[in-house]
Amino acid sequence: MLQQKAESQATETTYREAIREAIRDALKRDERVFLMGEDVGRYGGCYAVTKGLLAEFGPERIRDTPLSESGFTGAGIGAAIGGLRPIVELMTVNFSLLALDQILNSAATIRHMSGNQFGVPLVIRMATGAGRQLAAQHSHSLEGWYAHIPGIKVLAPATVEDARGMLWTALEDPDPVLIFEHVMLYNMTGMLASDAGPVGINKAAIRREGNDISLITYGGSLWKTIDAATALAVEGIEAEVVDLRTLRPLDDATIMASVRKTHRAVIVDEGWRTGSLAAEISARITEQAFFDLDGAIGRVCSEEVPIPYPRHLEEAAIPQVPKIIAAAKTALTGG
Amino acid sequence: MATTDKPRLSRDHVLELLRHMIRIRRFEGKCAELYTQEKIRGFLHLYDGEEAVAVGVIPVLESRDRVVATYREHGHALVRGVPMKAALAEMYGKQEGCSHGRGGSMHLFDRSTNFYGGNAIVGGGLPLAIGLALADRMRGSDNVTACFFGEGAVAEGEFHESANLAALWSLPVLFVCENNRYAMGTALALSESETDIQHKAACYHMASEAVDGMDVVAVEAAARRAVATIRETGRPYFLECRTYRLRAHSMFDAQLYRDKSEIEAWREKGPILRFRTWLEQNNMLHPLDLVRIEAEVGAEIDEAVAFAEAAAWEPIEQLTRFVYAEQTARDRPVNHVATKS
Repeated sequence: MLQQKAESQATETTYREAIREAIRDALKRDERVFLMGEDVGRYGGCYAVTKGLLAEFGPERIRDTPLSESGFTGAGIGAAIGGLRPIVELMTVNFSLLALDQILNSAATIRHMSGNQFGVPLVIRMATGAGRQLAAQHSHSLEGWYAHIPGIKVLAPATVEDARGMLWTALEDPDPVLIFEHVMLYNMTGMLASDAGPVGINKAAIRREGNDISLITYGGSLWKTIDAATALAVEGIEAEVVDLRTLRPLDDATIMASVRKTHRAVIVDEGWRTGSLAAEISARITEQAFFDLDGAIGRVCSEEVPIPYPRHLEEAAIPQVPKIIAAAKTALTGG
Repeated sequence: MATTDKPRLSRDHVLELLRHMIRIRRFEGKCAELYTQEKIRGFLHLYDGEEAVAVGVIPVLESRDRVVATYREHGHALVRGVPMKAALAEMYGKQEGCSHGRGGSMHLFDRSTNFYGGNAIVGGGLPLAIGLALADRMRGSDNVTACFFGEGAVAEGEFHESANLAALWSLPVLFVCENNRYAMGTALALSESETDIQHKAACYHMASEAVDGMDVVAVEAAARRAVATIRETGRPYFLECRTYRLRAHSMFDAQLYRDKSEIEAWREKGPILRFRTWLEQNNMLHPLDLVRIEAEVGAEIDEAVAFAEAAAWEPIEQLTRFVYAEQTARDRPVNHVATKS
């Protein structure tokens, strides 16, 4: 009876709906919260995340902006300093480059540069990643760039629980937080408890336990990595899957604990290989757990090309399950 | 000071305007001297010639209003009430500085006077001002945010984005363009297709006016009109102050782009000389007034130098403090189970 009740409280929901519910919840919880960005209101959001919110909360709090990424991102910074809790939506990470001056030169610097007089409690959400055949100006994964910057925090929710739960915790953070939503996750469904709420943003999660190898990933690559781990299990290889969840600051403790257990690691990252987040994680493992390693660290990253339009080339450019399986086997056998 | 339309040119008031301008000029002179002594390092941008703008505008604001400035902001900080000794200690890089020594000359910040920098990306402070004004608008306050920027900034996209947002959303922003004719070494005519800057505001349906930025009384009168209009309408206002920078852009500038004769001609029109002469002609200035002002300012500067000299360097152990707030978000349990269906 009790079990039946518990089951009935979990409902199937999409990642998109989970984010929308998180935004709705935040707007209800705190009158200082408002959302602004291009086409978030009347259009309902480029990826339909904010559909229906304008009717519920009105144009002051669901604020359509002109195509002025730098202007409205900077306005978000000013509004945050001025006492509000803005959520700025940038359509894609590629467009966020038009706001990079404000994000790097203002949001990330003001607390330190002002001697802790002004903080910027701002949340910036944006879509990232490839898979929708949107070609070379809408498909890149630049979250690793942002993870380079001291002064901001970088989140990559990969599950419906994190899509639902990370936003409120980010809004409570006194510093700027960037949330990267992978475009291929919006339609993903998962079971979400009806009382699902805020989640922590300072720990990586073990999504699958295993003793043979650590597969370290985040965001849109998580589910490919889990599929790869499932396929490896058929061959008797038990992979542990680490979901970073937070890309800055990285949870070194969870990463190293996994590597110390499995002694082998492959990092799966949709960013380009050169200067990637995968490179950073690899360096940290060699710095902190070198003598626990039984083999070279592997990386599965995007090929060093602008993401192309045709499906077969786009698929070939980014991490895929067979590449992850191959990299894991190479790491296990020493190549 | 109430924001009525016209300045009351009482003797106390005109002496205060003169004192503010002389205080900035002498402070900047001391900064240049301290720079040659390598007490101040980095970039140093001095305000000589432009004092009438900050002095004409900032005292018109209330203490609850907000000020966003550029990297040439010593004068604005002083007029706004940032203590001179804290500003100078900042330029020394000492921890008693108004930004804890982290910012230097270009990044003076002061929470207690609502002074939001000290922004050294040209145009970068404008969106910040939009956001501060948006916060005031959404919270129902009638604060004014005054945003200072040079004419060089109007070539930046952030200027146009900000002007559009302020007008579109009816935000209480006072845009103050300090048109000193050169963006570093590039003359206005070499960088703008429309050199009458205030016309750019008209495109955004923003009330605007241009004023002689070398005339402190004219600037104050215009600032009073502007602030009163913003408080009444809640809409932005654009004030172009036509002025001139008498010193080099920064201490590294050899000034190859303009003739010495041009600078000398403008020196004759300098805001302090002009106002002092006018006051003397109208028998509003006693020679002893100047002696008193110079003595007071000189003593304050000496005190500021002594303070900055005696101030402490921040311990290197504190280098990484305040990259993030020293409180963390509530730590919540993480859901560990993957639930993709």
